[in-house]
Amino acid sequence: MELFKNTNFDFLGKKWPFIIASLVLTVAGFASILTQGGLKFGIDFKGGTLMTVKFSQTPPLEKIRTAFARSGKIKGEVTVQSFTDPQTQNEIEIGTELVNEKQLAANRLAMEEVLAATFAQPGSGKLDLNAASKDALAGRLRDPLARSGVPMAEPQLQKLVLDLLNFRDTPPRSGLITDFNQLSSVPGVNSGIMSALQQECYLAPYTVKKTEMVGPKVGAELRNKAVLATLYALAGMLAYIAFRFEWIYGVAAVIAVFHDTLITLGLFSIFHEEISMTVIAALLTLVGYSMNDTIVIFDRIRENLKIMRREPLESLMNKSVNQTLSRTIMTSGLTFLTVIALFIWGGPVLHSFSFALVCGIIVGTYSSVFIASPIVLFWHNYTDGRKRTAPVLATAARTDAARKSPSKAAK
Amino acid sequence: MKNNLTARTVVIVATILICVFGIIGFPRSGADLAKNLSDNIRLGLDLKGGTHLVLEIQVQDAVKADADQSAERLKEDLKKQNIAWNSMDTPDVTKVEDAENVAIAIKGVPATQSSAFRGIVSERYPNYILTALNSTDYSLKLKPTDLNDLKVDTVKRAVDTIGNRIDQLGLAEKSVQQYGKAGAKYEVLVQLPGVDDPARAKELIGTAAVLEICDVKEGPFPSKEGALAQKGGILPLGTKLIRSKPRGTQDGEQWYIVAKTPVITGREMRNARPGQDEFRKWETNFSLSQDGGRRFGRYTEANIGNKLAVVLDNQIVSVATIQSKIEDSGRITGLGSEEEGVDLSRYLRSGSLPAGVQYNEERSIGPSLGADSIHQGIVAGLAGLMAVIAVMLVYYKRAGVNAVLALVLNTLILLAAVSYFHAVLTLPGIAGIILTIGMAVDSNVLIFERIREELRTGKSVIAAVDNGFSKAWWTIVDTHVTTVVSCAFLFLFGEGPVRGFAVTLTIGLIANIFTAVFVSKTIFDYELAGRRQLTELSI
Repeated sequence: MELFKNTNFDFLGKKWPFIIASLVLTVAGFASILTQGGLKFGIDFKGGTLMTVKFSQTPPLEKIRTAFARSGKIKGEVTVQSFTDPQTQNEIEIGTELVNEKQLAANRLAMEEVLAATFAQPGSGKLDLNAASKDALAGRLRDPLARSGVPMAEPQLQKLVLDLLNFRDTPPRSGLITDFNQLSSVPGVNSGIMSALQQECYLAPYTVKKTEMVGPKVGAELRNKAVLATLYALAGMLAYIAFRFEWIYGVAAVIAVFHDTLITLGLFSIFHEEISMTVIAALLTLVGYSMNDTIVIFDRIRENLKIMRREPLESLMNKSVNQTLSRTIMTSGLTFLTVIALFIWGGPVLHSFSFALVCGIIVGTYSSVFIASPIVLFWHNYTDGRKRTAPVLATAARTDAARKSPSKAAK
Repeated sequence: MKNNLTARTVVIVATILICVFGIIGFPRSGADLAKNLSDNIRLGLDLKGGTHLVLEIQVQDAVKADADQSAERLKEDLKKQNIAWNSMDTPDVTKVEDAENVAIAIKGVPATQSSAFRGIVSERYPNYILTALNSTDYSLKLKPTDLNDLKVDTVKRAVDTIGNRIDQLGLAEKSVQQYGKAGAKYEVLVQLPGVDDPARAKELIGTAAVLEICDVKEGPFPSKEGALAQKGGILPLGTKLIRSKPRGTQDGEQWYIVAKTPVITGREMRNARPGQDEFRKWETNFSLSQDGGRRFGRYTEANIGNKLAVVLDNQIVSVATIQSKIEDSGRITGLGSEEEGVDLSRYLRSGSLPAGVQYNEERSIGPSLGADSIHQGIVAGLAGLMAVIAVMLVYYKRAGVNAVLALVLNTLILLAAVSYFHAVLTLPGIAGIILTIGMAVDSNVLIFERIREELRTGKSVIAAVDNGFSKAWWTIVDTHVTTVVSCAFLFLFGEGPVRGFAVTLTIGLIANIFTAVFVSKTIFDYELAGRRQLTELSI
């Protein structure tokens, strides 16, 4: 099967609509960032405390908000947000602002206390099975089991506890047991164990899935390092491409990659997505991807410069893009398939990561054709134009040099 | 040609075997296989669940403590020489960055005694620099080199202490390492994969991490309420009520009323070892610093027959009766078992955290989130991979099989590398793998499209395949080298997640050159070997 055989689209002739579209997108992104007072940084870079809590039913947001407002233990503003993703049903995020490190740790403790006071039974003397650790549960069950006539050897008990908690933590329970009867399907659970469990434990209607606390120093350091590393990496790529091709190719490729990153960041702002450390990894991936795509096209241009010496640069570039079109569509399409699968099924942890890649692959693919290649073309037209207006005597020598330069580039 | 083909096949099969061994070892059963797999491919905290902590060692505490000690000694020296002074103290500093500003402020030394004063300081405190503020006031500061040594030593000891404490959790994998900017490494990164109780881990690492030996006023009592009831609900001035750490051999709780101000603290503890006394009963031998020893000697001499409690983080680990004057070394006797002796000496040693800690970062990923992420990641990954394989097979037919094999082998090599390098697979690492797979697909597509182009110009199948590979080669080299160059910079200047991304990507790209070019070409050659007249290629 072949879809794009011997195509001959005039890509570079249609560059302007795309360049304008790029500019519009970039400006829209910038406008969105400005109107929202900067990018929405995640806790990794902003600092603060963030807790992801899963409830067994629709979380009573108002009740939670008033509970936090009333407790007064937490310094700074508390935000309570629910997720919109259907995979994260009944989950909410509770966050507090960045204060100093000591206060952060206190805030984190207070958040747990307020939740427990509102939804759990801290005074009952029982253990919350949905928050129990291995050791805590084993310690709780050891004596009651012995008393009720089902004594267990230590390894047996450890295995039982491990099985119970693994059962609790695997999907579809995902950390929340709503009814003790659910546990009857765990191997080794009999009526004696069940009654000991019911006697010693209760089931809180929520569980804390994730807690993150990032101090101000860490956040700033992480951001600076990530940005610096990326800039150095771009400089390194520019140098290599300049060495293998011509310097203008390196510059064009780096500008194209910058363009992709800017537009993706703009889209993050427009869609209210947060920038986290994982998103930085995704941005690095898209930089690599876009660079790869650009180099493939440049490589073809370099090769064609060797064999089609009389061809004007614009039509030569067009031919190169057309020749590589089939591979561009195939590769982008296939990577897009993988990324879209991650976006749909990857869950909340991978959500912003795959969002960045979905944007990045689209933008990265077209920037190679409509941003990187035109830059090289503009530059060569500009230098050639200068040569044409140069004094007549020098013309011969210079056109000679101009003819040499593509072959030099083709080395 | 035939020989060459055999050699290449041997290389490929050997690689596959080495990789498969690296990933699953020699499993004898299904359970064995699952166990080996999870042992070899270790997942990071973000996928598996666990706790990640960054603590900052408050080195200024140690510098201040050293200054305090020196000030005490200096006071004694000055007294002996009859040199007068008005005040001598060390102002508190709260930030790590201010550690170099710790200075002893000495005021009111008579101008007439200034040369005697200077003489004592320069003779007895060579690691301090004395600055005269005016004719009677001075500032005494640790020399920069000594200050640096002290800071480095403090952080090292803190790392050791924290490591010792975490050992008590009995974890299979854990990591405690120094962290932070070069030249200012006061941070410690603690990673505890699979820990389902971060609160306990934090408690163990050191909420306060204070070791004290206190005078026991009264006790034991069976409960807090019982103790309070006996005292009419109010504790005597300068005392506190604390609980003794439950031990295996003892039933119920025990509470003691002890003095609030400790006799000595963990700072003065130098070493502790378990041992046996003349009746072969277990004991713990400890030694104290010079300063602490002197104070402990004075105290024990005056309090023979009284009880002392060893208190660690506000829990009594041991209570002992003073039998004689103890100076720089002593022993805590009457321990129940060897285990108890070992434990106690461990507490005494690890208790001496040289400075306080502050949590700069904490991430606790619950085990259920980890399980969810893995589940979703696998579903999404497989769905994506299936789609890619399906499209490749439909679009490139027989040649698509090459690409799929190359892709599978690439993933295999990557996982094997993770296993052999004892690396940890994290989310950013998976980002690297996704880009690798993208570029692996790209290499195959590049080669196949080239072969198609060559076929279109009317070349024979063998020539088309050879030309296709050789023309795509330099493109593949350029894209791969560019990315590896960028990875090198990311690795050099990045940190944590960024590095994980760079490492997996680099390994993946090297593997890809092997699979997409070498392996794929070998498969083509196999198919074409001895079939020179072939006019059609399924591509």
